[in-house]
Amino acid sequence: MMGHFNSAVVIILMMVGLYIVIAQGNLIKKLVGLTLFQTSVFIFYISMANVEGGTAPILAQGITLYSNPLPHALILTAIVVGIATTAVGLSLVVRIKAAYGCIEEDEIEASEN
Amino acid sequence: MAVAIAIVRTRDLFAVTMLLSIYGLLSASFFVTLDAVDVAFTEAAVGAGISGLLMLVAISMTGRKEAKPKRKPFIALLVVSLTAGLLFYGISDTPDFALADAPIHNHVAPRYIQDSMAEIGIPNIVTSVLASYRAFDTFGEVVVIFTAGMGVIALLSASSENTQSKKAAENTLDQQHLVIRVVTKILFPFILLFALYVQFHGDFGPGGGFQAGVIFAAAVILYTMLFGLSKATKVFSQSLVQFVAAAGVLLYASVGIATLLLGGRFFDYNALAQTPVAGQHIGILVIELGVGCTVAAVMMIIFFSFHELAEQERQANKDKNRESL
Amino acid sequence: MDTLINYVSGFCLCVGALICVSGAVGVNRFNDFYTRMHAASVTDTLGAVLILIGLMLISEQLIVIAKLMIILLLGLIVGPTTSHVLAKSALKNGLKPILSDKRSDDISKN
Repeated sequence: MMGHFNSAVVIILMMVGLYIVIAQGNLIKKLVGLTLFQTSVFIFYISMANVEGGTAPILAQGITLYSNPLPHALILTAIVVGIATTAVGLSLVVRIKAAYGCIEEDEIEASEN
Repeated sequence: MAVAIAIVRTRDLFAVTMLLSIYGLLSASFFVTLDAVDVAFTEAAVGAGISGLLMLVAISMTGRKEAKPKRKPFIALLVVSLTAGLLFYGISDTPDFALADAPIHNHVAPRYIQDSMAEIGIPNIVTSVLASYRAFDTFGEVVVIFTAGMGVIALLSASSENTQSKKAAENTLDQQHLVIRVVTKILFPFILLFALYVQFHGDFGPGGGFQAGVIFAAAVILYTMLFGLSKATKVFSQSLVQFVAAAGVLLYASVGIATLLLGGRFFDYNALAQTPVAGQHIGILVIELGVGCTVAAVMMIIFFSFHELAEQERQANKDKNRESL
Repeated sequence: MDTLINYVSGFCLCVGALICVSGAVGVNRFNDFYTRMHAASVTDTLGAVLILIGLMLISEQLIVIAKLMIILLLGLIVGPTTSHVLAKSALKNGLKPILSDKRSDDISKN
């Protein structure tokens, strides 16, 4: 079971992020929850890529065992794309505030009906 | 984990942003202990720095407090616990953490690790995978970042009236923030130099285009926050920044087209020079430059758009207060 | 000579870590914003300096020592500046420090 400690931590973080996205009403808090969710997925991938006794995947003298570089490249892409989508989401929230006057989900739904 | 639960319970959005930055920094140090140095670098620059900053600017325009939830979130808790249970059941079958003979390490990765030095000739394997073996995916990512920048412009484009009143407001700020202005002026060239170093050293150590672009944008954002938008736009005008963003994507694509014209496949750098390894070096250098340009320019676009909108709102509020007096 | 340097560096690292922990305890227990700011900034800067000196003593290559020196310089510049900015903005926005009661009594007597 100790071998899966990392995955347990990742699942707990993922669930906290999911809970924030579903249950909290404030739109900015939802975006924060989404970022939390994304980062927990990154931790999952990176802990899968780790090799015991290996080092960072930069070729150097006298080292033979490296961590797997493929997930590293994937997660690098994912981090930067995540910040780009968060920026677009935040600008959407600012526009919603200008249009509706508030950013609580319940109040927006009430003013729609 | 404690930081994540604290984010759930806190109502003050300002504190939530600080906790998010702390969470980013903690994940970055976690990545370092897991030997993922490139990823840790990017997460520290982006997660701990830029995302907290963007949230702060957004909060300054939308309000700090979060309202109390109206009904108890039982259904949400039920959904979450069920999903957690299923996920726990799912991972019980995966191989143990960090074993060297897990399936993930045995099929594609050894080929990259062993052949990277012979085929491409740069020590940083992550950069060689990102820039040469999987260059097409990185191209898609650069286009996504560019699209996000365009999306932010489309959503937040503010009309440029009220330019005279800005200058009067800035001169009074000079005396009040003397210490940090001086320190920023001293540190600014070093931060830019560090960004250039990270850009070109990405072949040999952790680094590369993304981190360099983010650091460059962070330096410009620091300058803009302290000295006002009008001084920053004298050097980095809106049209220049948008041009650089588009030019980065174009540079990346033109490398691919050049390899096509020279007889190879799309993004096959071997055709760019006399020897394949030299061709790979040239190809990686140019596309990292394109990536750095686009990332820096898009981050600057996003921050400038937010900042201009915030200043306009502040100006409108001040005018409203003055009229009501 | 080598073991002496190892001991000194280990001592620096331990003391630096202890100072940072004491700064955290201080931030928790002080009841005024300004004293909390003082605890956080002074202890963090000193702790960071000591930890970096400890690391510099046991590193073997000159390039590593040079990089650590640059980080040290940056930390020394940035740490006190940020605490100064925080305290100044708090003062400008009206958060007053809690002065002791005895002093105001003496002043009002004279």
